[in-house]
Amino acid sequence: MEVIDLAWWKLGLAALLILALAGTGYLARLGITRSLLIAGTRTVIQLALIGLVLEALFASSELYWIALLAVIMLMVAGREVVARQGRRLHGWWAFGIGTGAMFVSSFTVTVLALTVVIGPTPWYAPQYAIPLLGMMLGNTMTGVSLALDRLNESAWRQRAVIENRLMLGQTWQQALEDIRRDAMRSGMMPSINAMAAAGIVSLPGMMTGQILAGSPPAVAVKYQILVMLIITVGTGFGALIAVAWGGRRLFDDRERLRLDRLVSS
Amino acid sequence: MDSASPGEPILTELLLENVSVGALTEVSLVVPAGQIVCLSGPSGSGKSRLLRAVADLEPHDGGIYLGGTRQQDMPAHQWRSRVVMVPADSQWWFDEVGGHFPEDDGSRLPSALGFPAEVMGWSVSRLSSGERQRLALWRALSLEPEALLLDEPTANLDGSSTEALETWLLEEIRRRHIATLWVAHDPGQIHRVAEAHYRIHGTRLEPVHGGD
Repeated sequence: MEVIDLAWWKLGLAALLILALAGTGYLARLGITRSLLIAGTRTVIQLALIGLVLEALFASSELYWIALLAVIMLMVAGREVVARQGRRLHGWWAFGIGTGAMFVSSFTVTVLALTVVIGPTPWYAPQYAIPLLGMMLGNTMTGVSLALDRLNESAWRQRAVIENRLMLGQTWQQALEDIRRDAMRSGMMPSINAMAAAGIVSLPGMMTGQILAGSPPAVAVKYQILVMLIITVGTGFGALIAVAWGGRRLFDDRERLRLDRLVSS
Repeated sequence: MDSASPGEPILTELLLENVSVGALTEVSLVVPAGQIVCLSGPSGSGKSRLLRAVADLEPHDGGIYLGGTRQQDMPAHQWRSRVVMVPADSQWWFDEVGGHFPEDDGSRLPSALGFPAEVMGWSVSRLSSGERQRLALWRALSLEPEALLLDEPTANLDGSSTEALETWLLEEIRRRHIATLWVAHDPGQIHRVAEAHYRIHGTRLEPVHGGD
């Protein structure tokens, strides 16, 4: 089956629909016009640029270019994790812990999926590596930022409880037990919900795209299953690492709760 | 009481040497085993903060020793299970009272506290602040600490239950040889329970004489 390429002017028709929505919003004074137009413009420009980057990358297939793009994606995701926390560790800790957790989990799982499960030659073939890493990072980023946000916020609110538990001779791990459990649940919930609803409530975007692009549904489904499983694994380990490191940093070497290390953004 | 006789617990005293925390500086005092030293001072003068430093919950300077062992020479959680602090506002994190105590503690609950054994099955939300305070003291004592840090332990109690609680606490502290640092407001209470009394003046701790 041939893929039908979309002409740019046809995309213009879709853009006209957005303009129609913006116009209606403006007339009805719904206050969404401005952000809608800005976001729409950003989508077009960002995706067009990444299209150019990917075209160039696919043509060269050099490992160092792929690695460079991967690092840039990781840094942007790290910045996003910092921005999404209401209270975060001061200085470089918030960025370092978030980025470190995402690096360890998403990169390991992506490389594992590429070398062991999919097995393209070379293993870093950009057509597989970049989309896979992008999906991993996107989801891990959500999980890590939700988990860290919950961890810091709960520790802040439950200061008296944590300190009372410490006063009774509990270790910092015991005193933080309930909060860590909450933070993990909060980070993992989106992935678990997505797995539970997949195929019944929602047709996942990646699978839909692949089918639109002409893949047989049976192949698309297998890739989607792979992606959902490894996304959950990546998100889970990412949140686990972030909560472990972030929790440790809330206490000093004398196991004192150090909320002065948190700043609110 | 003779510490050398067999079967007797080793008497451990709590020693503060040139401790400074917050505005307070050069705090030195000894709390012998089984005795109560009271601290008083205007609110905001740093009494609670000093107790927190002794529990090692607050960064501080100077030396704090329990039976000759330095605070820093044991893991912090081990120090805090031997030097237990009871804050003025105790916290409860499980739904039921019993979750905060070791398994068999309901049967050992002293009658002086005025609770039936079923209290372990009660929900924490139905306890009054006075009841919470009494249970918090029992929770601390059931850890069998060598030193106790009490931050206004009778703040939420009325006159008669205050005295009943004092009597019970005094008895437990003497019997278990617990070195106790007790923050109090009421001069009457200080007179009743304290072997020694210190008052915070500005940045210093000064002994008060004639307080018995």
